[in-house]
Amino acid sequence: MNVTRGFTGRPRVHNPGLPPGQYDAGEDWPVLSAEVTPDLAPADWSFRIDGLVERPHTWDWDAAHTLPASAYDGDIHCVTGWSKFGVRFGGVSLDAFFTVVRPHVSATHVIAYSHTGYTTNLPFADLTGGRAWIVWEYDGKPLPSEHGGPARLVVPHLYFWKSAKWIAGLTLLDHDEPGFWEGNGYHERGNPWEEQRYSGD
Amino acid sequence: MPGRIEVSNQEAAVWQTATLTEIRRETPRAATFRLAVPRWAGHLPGQHLMLRLTAADGYTAQRHYSIASAPDDSGHIELTLDHVPDGEVSGWFHTVARLGDTVEVRGPLSGFFAWPGDRPALLIGAGSGVVPLMSMVRHHRLRGLAVPLRLLVSARSPEELIYASELGTETTPVFTRRAPQGMPVGRMAAAHVAPLLAERPAHGWEAYVCGSNAFAEHASRLLVAAGQPVDRIRIERFG
Ligand SMILES: Cc1cc2nc3c(=O)[nH]c(=O)nc-3n(C[C@H](O)[C@H](O)[C@H](O)COP(=O)(O)OP(=O)(O)OC[C@H]3O[C@@H](n4cnc5c(N)ncnc54)[C@H](O)[C@@H]3O)c2cc1C
Repeated sequence: MNVTRGFTGRPRVHNPGLPPGQYDAGEDWPVLSAEVTPDLAPADWSFRIDGLVERPHTWDWDAAHTLPASAYDGDIHCVTGWSKFGVRFGGVSLDAFFTVVRPHVSATHVIAYSHTGYTTNLPFADLTGGRAWIVWEYDGKPLPSEHGGPARLVVPHLYFWKSAKWIAGLTLLDHDEPGFWEGNGYHERGNPWEEQRYSGD
Repeated sequence: MPGRIEVSNQEAAVWQTATLTEIRRETPRAATFRLAVPRWAGHLPGQHLMLRLTAADGYTAQRHYSIASAPDDSGHIELTLDHVPDGEVSGWFHTVARLGDTVEVRGPLSGFFAWPGDRPALLIGAGSGVVPLMSMVRHHRLRGLAVPLRLLVSARSPEELIYASELGTETTPVFTRRAPQGMPVGRMAAAHVAPLLAERPAHGWEAYVCGSNAFAEHASRLLVAAGQPVDRIRIERFG
């Protein structure tokens, strides 16, 4: 341990919900995208799943809203160090979308891409079993554009750069391919509890 | 959009000890901290690092900081930190740190905001957002590069303009609260961006925007409105 002289840190209560190396951002919700925030109206939003599936499909705003509603109530963790507790997102579980497209058993990975061209890769298994959502509501209100509105992916058990904003689609693959930040030195999976920040962690 | 460079995964994974060798006041709120990092692998202007402080009880705080210095072989790098009120890490740097103290760093990180000095660069920053842009300006000077480079920087007042004495003819300052005699006071506007875009260097500008999220949103919208292609705007948000 490399102790920093005179550094005590802020008085703190131990919070078991805080992964290693993270701090509680409290009410703040920092914005960390490397792109210009797009002006994307719900009417111009669509979401497609293709690649290794039986029936590739595209949903528009209204069609996506006919799927069974599902909410995430919990915490999110950003690789830049902040965590946010008790966040409430409303949308649809990805499982509902997968039921329609019927993924092949050979699908092992997914590339998620946004309406801006941003990409991120995920193991397919991280998106199933009620652990991933397409969301359009934050705290009961429409998701703000700088946070990915009208709709974004939310995979809260991984660092938040995996939760692609302005989500446009998923392509199912039988191999892994780095996305935008993964090609810029970030970890392929990004599990906050194992501090998988950068590639090599 | 592709990153500008491939980053070495090995360097990014290793924590190194950095020793504080110099502290320079820049403004009442910002100071530059020079660190000796003997095994620093080198960086490109625009990259940042992760910095970690450790308390005696094992508690750690880590934050990202842009690298202010140009790449060189001095075995040193420089960071410029704003003193954030109540800030855990910046507070330690501004009130406790003294020469000889050690901290830990890992990096350089992210090739996305990096500028190798190849394309015409239009740099727009506010407050401490000027830090990675200054690394680019310094790199441009140190190497005597001919490729066009312009800096548009917003500060509250002349006293709060970081690196004021180092800024040259490539720079247009914008003051939002108080300006020197004869200069307007106000927020960055289309009129500041237009003349720079009108310069139209061969192959166009690569734009780099850095600052708070509110500033990054504002500046990137000005750029888009003025005709800069969205896929040639790179944004670093400090939060
Ligand atoms: C890529 C990147 C590059 C950056 N580069 C730079 C740079 O070059 N220079 C620079 O100055 N900054 C830079 N930053 C910002 C930097 O990482 C830190 O966010 C900043 O220094 C503040 O950290 P801190 O520990 O001092 O403040 P923090 O302790 O994080 O506090 C920030 C604010 O939150 C409040 N706060 C947070 N937690 C608590 C709590 N538990 N109790 C009470 N209040 C709390 C504080 O009051 C304060 O107002 C960069 C950020 C990023 C993402």
